[in-house]
Amino acid sequence: MPSEAAELVFDEATKVYEGREGAAVENLSLTVPAGEICVLVGPSGGGKTTALKLVNRLIPLTSGDIRIDGTSILDYDLVELRRSIGYVIQQIGLFPHMTVEANIGTVPKLLGWPRQRIRERVGELLELVGLDPEKDRKRFPAELSGGQRQRVGLARALAANPALMLMDEPFGAIDPIVRARLQDEFLRLQQEIRKTVVFVTHDVDEAIKVGDRIAILRQGGRLAQYDTPEQILEHPVDEFVADFVGRDRALKALALKTLADLELSPVGNADSLPRLPADTSLRDALSLLVAERRDALLVTDADGSVLGVARREQLIG
Amino acid sequence: MSGFRVADGGGPVIPNFGHGTACLRNNGWFCPEWVRDHWGDVLQPALVQHIELTVIAVGVGFAISFLLALVGFRWRLLDPPLGAFTDLLYTIPSIALFQLLVPVTGLTVTTIEVALVSYTFFVLYRNIVAGLRSVPAEVLESARGMGFTRMQTFFRVELPLAVPAILAGLRVAVVATISVATVAAFVLYYGLGGPIFDALQQPDIFRTELVAAGGLAILLALTADALLALAQRGLTPWNRSR
Repeated sequence: MPSEAAELVFDEATKVYEGREGAAVENLSLTVPAGEICVLVGPSGGGKTTALKLVNRLIPLTSGDIRIDGTSILDYDLVELRRSIGYVIQQIGLFPHMTVEANIGTVPKLLGWPRQRIRERVGELLELVGLDPEKDRKRFPAELSGGQRQRVGLARALAANPALMLMDEPFGAIDPIVRARLQDEFLRLQQEIRKTVVFVTHDVDEAIKVGDRIAILRQGGRLAQYDTPEQILEHPVDEFVADFVGRDRALKALALKTLADLELSPVGNADSLPRLPADTSLRDALSLLVAERRDALLVTDADGSVLGVARREQLIG
Repeated sequence: MSGFRVADGGGPVIPNFGHGTACLRNNGWFCPEWVRDHWGDVLQPALVQHIELTVIAVGVGFAISFLLALVGFRWRLLDPPLGAFTDLLYTIPSIALFQLLVPVTGLTVTTIEVALVSYTFFVLYRNIVAGLRSVPAEVLESARGMGFTRMQTFFRVELPLAVPAILAGLRVAVVATISVATVAAFVLYYGLGGPIFDALQQPDIFRTELVAAGGLAILLALTADALLALAQRGLTPWNRSR
């Protein structure tokens, strides 16, 4: 699959609803580099969904501009603009009267792809999102589970290979276990397809997990901080951001790193130390040390052979 | 449309009580021999006429209702008055409506059809509008977000999703029309209402003819309803339970 992605720029983008006090989104300026996931997060009333819908002009800009690879969204034909952007929403909005195949093939069909090419593309996408290319193709949305529906929604958004994806709380309505799995799968998928993604969520943990960069919006759609998850957790710019990410932000920061990121010391006489695989997050490792009242642990590779020792001070500092 | 007999004109086939079978002499509830003898000259023509009345009434009624529903769907403000108008038509007692129309369109099939058509509006208009409106907001939003034009949204999303409601409306309209059409014999000897009327006008009520013609009307309604139910299933595979 070609890995094309577009740079997305919000340039003083502003939305004011007529007859409502204050702006929904105010002078939002930020750049999402091509191929990165930008998460818009914030309290309700922060205008994150509004900001997202400004991009595909489901909501018209009041002032300012938004550019995709340098071209203003206002210079695109509205229908062409939308067909070139992948769009995923929380309630998914699959067409209940169409099969999985027809749902996924929607935009390619609008674009006039030949039938055979659409068929092949649907098979490719079903495989990509972890569904059965033969068995699931002819099913109707009513016959799918919530998680399967969201996968179809994702496949549908990817169908015409858009350079930009807009995802509005895509995993918001799914139970926590399936949500975590879908997040992991989505991140794995993103490694492959490298789209530029704008991802809206109200869940800070999801933002930290999914985002290459996080934009925190405060009431009235003003940007509070736009940074990498590490920066936001370690250096929140103000009280609002610090509050929003939570008192446990230091622990959340630990969750971003794994034991593999540490410089391990050589093994001494340490046979009795607890063992953890190298891909364990520092947060989980610390939790184990606290629980077992230990100062160090053994880090192992996938096969269980010992790589070295990690000390508690290293985890914390 | 010629060759029909007017109810008070050339008399229908009246059994000869003197020379008929025992069943007919006793005016039994259902004498098969009469049905057999008069299938060709009474019952079958009446049945065909009845089907014709119904198909034309529902066909024309559907076409007009659909146009009205498009207006009511597109311009929400017009929906309540249009709905009220179709209600009003439906409240007119059928015999009165037939009679009201006679001075305008005469003792003709047209009179019957105008009345029957106006009765279909009530159920069809409301079902079509409700069907078109039944599309969930998130489905419309994703259609818009994916770059459907207004027309594409209508033909590929709203209309197909309205099919179950539209067919449900058609079923009611067809059954109701088959039933009301029998009353049309009050105006004109036409359809299954003709033999029913004849039977009722006999001094003792000619039971076999009443039961045969009435039974045919019921069978016709049941058959039409079953066929439409099948069509409903066939046209909406996504609604079938697994």
